[in-house]
Amino acid sequence: MKTTDMDMSYEAVMARKSEIMKASVGIDYAEFESGSIAFDFERMMKETGYTLEEMREIQRETGVGNTPILELKNFTALARKYAPEGKGARIFLKDEASNPSGSFKARRAAISVYNAKKLGYKGVIAATSGNYGAAVASQACMRGLKCIIVQECYDSQGKGQPEIIEKARKCEAYGAEVVQLSVGPELFYHFLKLLEETGYFNASLYTPFGIAGVETLGYEIAEQMMEREGRLPDAVVATNAGGGNLTGTARGLIKYGATDVEIIGASVDLKGLHMASDKQFNKKSFTTGHTGFGIPFATWPDRSDVPRSAGRPLRYMDRYVTVKQGEVFYTTEMLAQLEGLERGPAGNTSLTAAFSLAQEMDQDQIILVQETEYTGAGKHILPQLTFAKENGIEIFRGNPADSENGVNIILPDNPGLIKAVDLDILKMKRSYVKNCIENTGVKNPTEEDMEFLAEDTKSTKVYISKILEEI
Amino acid sequence: MKAFKGNWVRIYDVVLTADERAPQVPDDTKSVPLEMWNKGFLVDDEAEIGDRVTVETYIGRRIEGELIEINPAYDHNYGKCIPELLYIGRQTRELLEEGE
Repeated sequence: MKTTDMDMSYEAVMARKSEIMKASVGIDYAEFESGSIAFDFERMMKETGYTLEEMREIQRETGVGNTPILELKNFTALARKYAPEGKGARIFLKDEASNPSGSFKARRAAISVYNAKKLGYKGVIAATSGNYGAAVASQACMRGLKCIIVQECYDSQGKGQPEIIEKARKCEAYGAEVVQLSVGPELFYHFLKLLEETGYFNASLYTPFGIAGVETLGYEIAEQMMEREGRLPDAVVATNAGGGNLTGTARGLIKYGATDVEIIGASVDLKGLHMASDKQFNKKSFTTGHTGFGIPFATWPDRSDVPRSAGRPLRYMDRYVTVKQGEVFYTTEMLAQLEGLERGPAGNTSLTAAFSLAQEMDQDQIILVQETEYTGAGKHILPQLTFAKENGIEIFRGNPADSENGVNIILPDNPGLIKAVDLDILKMKRSYVKNCIENTGVKNPTEEDMEFLAEDTKSTKVYISKILEEI
Repeated sequence: MKAFKGNWVRIYDVVLTADERAPQVPDDTKSVPLEMWNKGFLVDDEAEIGDRVTVETYIGRRIEGELIEINPAYDHNYGKCIPELLYIGRQTRELLEEGE
């Protein structure tokens, strides 16, 4: 598409959003729409995705997946010290940092990039400040496609999170172009302009390809645990941000037949910090895996960069907990010091939750943490806490429950103070339903809508009717 | 400092001025422009820091911006010593040993 004669103003580009999207993801989302609230999620996943076997083959070609599962015996022993008699489940960890780009995101990128190549696109673009950018850049490199990564990186003072700067370096190492922007949701506007200008594939995190790629992770967990322990884990904890990690993992477990595994989402509690605020951008120490993405995306997944997000966490989540920044930093240090595994902080969000949750479970039960991520300069507890101090955040030892986001980071005085805190998942289901009604403007939901809402919230039509009466 | 054609440089540009920003952004963000940084090989014959230049990005796109750095380096690192973290390893090891 020639962009030289077109109106490139914010309003004009945003108005062309649906045609740009259609051309850049090769999916006509309208085909799956009912015209009301409901859309055919399973048909979308099936018709635009690949079978599990095909995905495993695609991932094998570029060395993705088949990561080891490690038992964290010292974590388990320590957790049992704080657990009631007979409690303290065994803690296992799937070491996803062993993927080519250093995180589970390689699974998502592998399918997106393969699909882009198959459809004849010359390059791929992804909007992400995180591990996904590195994953797309790495996969594009392996498949011989060009790659542009768009990052939200700096505040108006030109100060950037060391973790994001490291991610830019990693993308460039794989030959990608990295466009760095200052804070603001208009990143999406620039992203659309780039898609229009280049005609590249939108390797969105939220397309069916991006989500389905994680299904192999859930499937591997079941397969490897059966082989190793002769049984499935009782609970799997997934760090939750945009919802794709949890959705894909749960779907993979279900595809194996592991329908009874409890699926627990975990996010870093960043309550009180506005994600689009220039002044608060550098007051946080986590750039992903936090509630600033986790809650809005769970209660309205279709806010993503495609018309219908394939990441729909409430469809699969049994429980959703938060942990504090200081607890994740402590756990990251503990993982290095007790288990000899140095991994990136953000990926240890679910591990932090698991250390606490294991204490509620019986000793003969198993809790499995489904990811780790690489660590390195910038993306490590030392530079991230150095940056926090430079931004006026106080760091001290105490009870993390007293911490105040944007003001301090409290490292637990002892590991017994690491406590996963439950979010009210029923309240989130209610706000999801409310958002569906408000955003679609549908006054009288159809029978099909009711069924869809029940499935999308892992509940029943009776429960949905009750919510609808209340709102 | 001067940059010459073909040098690897970093450029800066404003994508949206403060008054062009989206209506939904918070006030503090709305009061500043949306800025952009990118890198590429200098297309112009020569330029000084601060000049408006054209570059060819690593994947071959041509874009314009203000020249801000020649041979841009990564300066992120492992930060400073954080003494507040030093107790964690010893504490957790001691706790584990207690039970044995």
